[in-house]
Amino acid sequence: MSNIPENLRYSKDHEWVSVDGDVAAIGITDYAQHSLGDVVYIDMPRVGDKFAAHEAFGSVESVKAVSEVFTPIGGEVVEVNDGLNDTPEKVNGDPYGDAWFIKIKMDNAGEADGMLSSAEYEEYLEASA
Amino acid sequence: MSNENLKKTPLNAVHRELGGRMVDFGGWDMPVQYPTGVIEEHMATRTRAGLFDVSHMGEIWVEGPDAIEFINGITTNDVTKLVDGQAHYSAFPNEHGGVVDDLLVYRFAEDRLLLVVNAGTTEKDWAWVSGFLADVPSSEAGFASPKPDVKIRNASADYCQIAIQGPKAIGILQQLTETVLEPIKYYHFTEGKVDGVDAIISRTGYTGEDGFEVYAAAEKAEQLWRKMLETGESEGILPCGLAARNTLRLESAMSLYGHELGDDISTLEANLGWITKLQKGDFIGKDKIVELKEAGLKRKLVGFEMKEPGIARDGFDVYVGNDRVGVVTSGSPAPFLKKNIGLAFVPPELANVGQEIRIDVRGKRLAAEVVPTPFYKREK
Repeated sequence: MSNIPENLRYSKDHEWVSVDGDVAAIGITDYAQHSLGDVVYIDMPRVGDKFAAHEAFGSVESVKAVSEVFTPIGGEVVEVNDGLNDTPEKVNGDPYGDAWFIKIKMDNAGEADGMLSSAEYEEYLEASA
Repeated sequence: MSNENLKKTPLNAVHRELGGRMVDFGGWDMPVQYPTGVIEEHMATRTRAGLFDVSHMGEIWVEGPDAIEFINGITTNDVTKLVDGQAHYSAFPNEHGGVVDDLLVYRFAEDRLLLVVNAGTTEKDWAWVSGFLADVPSSEAGFASPKPDVKIRNASADYCQIAIQGPKAIGILQQLTETVLEPIKYYHFTEGKVDGVDAIISRTGYTGEDGFEVYAAAEKAEQLWRKMLETGESEGILPCGLAARNTLRLESAMSLYGHELGDDISTLEANLGWITKLQKGDFIGKDKIVELKEAGLKRKLVGFEMKEPGIARDGFDVYVGNDRVGVVTSGSPAPFLKKNIGLAFVPPELANVGQEIRIDVRGKRLAAEVVPTPFYKREK
């Protein structure tokens, strides 16, 4: 059973978003890390890079697989979690909290409201199982 | 979510019980990893012990007075050099200089040998081998008369095969058998009992570690598997899936059919000159291999290590300057070495250790360097 914290918003691409003012932290969900297996590398964008909503901003690699990561929200990258370079396994340990990938200054602060709630994401996972 | 069309080993239910993540591997429903994950499984095998279900591999018996001569004519290694109780690595060459499959040849007696072939190619291998004995050879490479006096039997479904690998493997297996394991040399085998079950105990493997491959009747698979896991528990044994099997063999730079070997790849190109005995007499495809050798190889398999962050994967292009010079056959993170490594075909003049190359990782050409293989060699 996937861990799906209630205070976050979710995308159908299995990213989570945590909003603080006009900045959104983005990471991948427990379901995503579990599907990937042991995460060994994350290809991150640079601070200052701009992305439209649903655009791929990087990739996450496990021993067996590589998967693109999409930003559910358009905006400019203001912070990159460089710490994950040395400890990518944190994404498997707790994909929420410390294992965020990037923080984005949102073009439209309301965009996250259109994302899935934890209950909706859980339903989505069950429906696609 | 069991797929009814996939073949199953006798351990299928046990893998599911252990939480194995099942995937379609060449038509077989196999665990790619267990809940501990590929890195833990890989490290367990390098430092302690790992248990692998390789029952999907194919077994073909060759029996009769001409058994050695027959096998010598359809494989690249020299079967006449084998003694009873010895095995060797070999390949079935095709008529065009490529390879039908790679295999192990076990000599039980001069008129009784066992061929162990890859799972996904078992049917192709069976058709290939039996084609030589058909009244109307199915291949243009069929033997001229007289036909060799041998009988062949596809016994793949009769056997389970369990590999126990790693520095603790011998100690664990020894607790389950009266056969003294220590004197069995690498690439040698014996028949004995494991947990009271008749078995072939072979000191071989596909991990670069010391260890054994145990063949027994398929219906005994579950008993043997559970007993080995239980006995090895205090030593930290872990069941290992196909993902760890792949990273372990890659660190040891062992070939995987369909990657480093294939219908259009010669053993010489794949650095398998050591199993290609051109002096031994005639065998299928020998003319083509000699031709290739005399003309000079166009490509050579090399090991490389990434020098920039990024992971090379199978099929990625290799560049030197602006020229595409080759292709990655296997690429992966190496869990024990903690590097990103791979094998690639490049022209011979670019195959020297230290050669700087670039790997096209989804549009970024990342720096890499040709390094000696195997990447990993265990301390003896």
